[in-house]
Amino acid sequence: MTEAAVNAPEAKSTNTSSAQLETMAWDSKSRRFVLLYLPLCCFLIILLFPFYWMTVTAFKPNAELYNFAEHNPFWITSPTLDHIRMLLFETAYPRWLWTTMLVSVCATVLSLFASVLAAYAIQRLRFKGSQYVGLAIYLAYLVPPSILFIPLATMVFQLGLFDTPFALILTYPTFLIPFCTWLLIGYFKSIPFELEECALIDGATRVQILWQITLPLAVPGLISAGIFSFTLSWNEFIYALAFIQSSENKTVPVAILTELVTGDVYQWGALMAGSLLGSLPVAIFYSFFVDYYVSSLTGAVKE
Amino acid sequence: MATVSVRQALKSFGTTRILHGVDVEIADGEFVVLVGPSGCGKSTLLRMIAGLENISGGEIAIDGRVVNNVPPKDRDIAMVFQNYALYPHMTVRQNMAFSMKLAKAPADIMEAEVQRAAKILGLDALLDRYPRQLSGGQRQRVAMGRAIVRHPQVFLFDEPLSNLDAKLRVQMRSEIRELQQRLGTTTIYVTHDQIEAMTMADQIVVMNGGRIEQSGAPLALYDKPANLFVAGFIGSPAMNLLPGTVTDRGFRIPSGTLLPLPPHAPANAATYGIRPEHMSLSEDGVEGTIVLVEPTGSETQVTLRFGETVLTGAFRERVQGRPGDKLRVLPDLDLVHLFGPDGARLPS
Repeated sequence: MTEAAVNAPEAKSTNTSSAQLETMAWDSKSRRFVLLYLPLCCFLIILLFPFYWMTVTAFKPNAELYNFAEHNPFWITSPTLDHIRMLLFETAYPRWLWTTMLVSVCATVLSLFASVLAAYAIQRLRFKGSQYVGLAIYLAYLVPPSILFIPLATMVFQLGLFDTPFALILTYPTFLIPFCTWLLIGYFKSIPFELEECALIDGATRVQILWQITLPLAVPGLISAGIFSFTLSWNEFIYALAFIQSSENKTVPVAILTELVTGDVYQWGALMAGSLLGSLPVAIFYSFFVDYYVSSLTGAVKE
Repeated sequence: MATVSVRQALKSFGTTRILHGVDVEIADGEFVVLVGPSGCGKSTLLRMIAGLENISGGEIAIDGRVVNNVPPKDRDIAMVFQNYALYPHMTVRQNMAFSMKLAKAPADIMEAEVQRAAKILGLDALLDRYPRQLSGGQRQRVAMGRAIVRHPQVFLFDEPLSNLDAKLRVQMRSEIRELQQRLGTTTIYVTHDQIEAMTMADQIVVMNGGRIEQSGAPLALYDKPANLFVAGFIGSPAMNLLPGTVTDRGFRIPSGTLLPLPPHAPANAATYGIRPEHMSLSEDGVEGTIVLVEPTGSETQVTLRFGETVLTGAFRERVQGRPGDKLRVLPDLDLVHLFGPDGARLPS
């Protein structure tokens, strides 16, 4: 109740109505702890525990890993880099990482380019039926990939793209473009219309307006669409499993599951090390742009 | 510098008609104000002149050239928007130079033009700032600077002062007017504020419901409003408009009070109009009950009640009176306006 005591002079100066008493009680420290920090801690523990488990397992020698009776499962007594060394030098992990990066970056760039043009046209050019086009793009997003991969597989085969990175670079946009387009439509909407009209009078063409006025103001939106696309491409599993066969062309999520599990033997240490290294680029990417990401989902352009 | 002609301009959004055949003739170098209540179509008309809205019918010509299908950038106009529409990611200098950059003007000419405009508008010290670092008035000036660097044939202003506070609005009002007189550029200015219209315009165009009610010099509109709408819209405080009938002894309003009529008053007058400032305190006047006394210092506004009818007077004298007291007021017979049953002004 210390906070309530601090608030007391203010409360005295006005009428101590019941409403005020209620807010004071609400703000009390113990209440905040029970209602705010405790649930928040539970939530954080549940969310972060898998990462902790992954990290701990990646650095644990096999002796500790398989013997819970003598070793604390939540801690490492003698950490080792064996699993990481095995992963990097005895498997094609660097190659998988490179393929995943290539596929993610290319799919992201491709999707962003298409989404910017689509979103701008739908939001600003307002051609006949533009809102239906917007709706149709969104409906495409609702088709689950687990169904879509069957017809896509036929197309990938016929185009001769099977087992090449292009199979993924060209299929990932099927789910990336709809979401990015919708995100960017919302973002473009927040940019005042008058800016473009003013540029139109100043003598700019549509392409110049898009390039010199709209896109510089939509950078936070572009960044969050980019992060979204990159993350989804990086984590994608079904298409990568279906369209890639050879070991060296696999992406990280598929490869660690198919190459590091031999028969019924799970190489837990290497598996976890692979997952840990695989999730680092996304985590780093996020931490750089988290402010932009949040602002693009909540904020608007301020003059 | 150029003339602007709007002939029978029509505008529809879907099946809704916004403008019903509007005619405006604007002479070279003239300052024209389009004024009217919100939704009257004044901004739409301005945007049609700018080329930001299609023209559904009729014709708009700038300097004798019909521009119906000419894109905005080729109309040789500059527009100042209500919210200024400054590019937030560019400095003041870049904002002002943007149009010249698009036209691929040489850098030295661009810089010279920006400097000239900055000097005229007192923006010299602010050229490297971003719009978010400027006050409302400064942003307004940058928006004007962006317009004047282009030497357009026509300036278009869309309610440029409505985002400013009252004091700054008065100051910017005279700055815009002074700038226009100095540059001599034909200007079309949209506002809903009739005081802005009266103080700035060479010609006022009063619009209502997509039609022009009256156009002319500010004082002509004040002295001889063509109809009830203009009579009620132009002037502050607004003209008293009292319904009633003409009798032998005067104009009878619903309370039974008889207001004095000028000689030879038309018998079909249905509305009696008198401006608050055209009434005087007189023992010969008609007696009403005071509802409200509002002294402003230079004058006193008094609201009087005659039965259900309310009448406002503005007097130079300091009226001593309390609500409920009686007061006698006399309309100046030379300045009484009479309107027919259709709302049109009757010749007197």
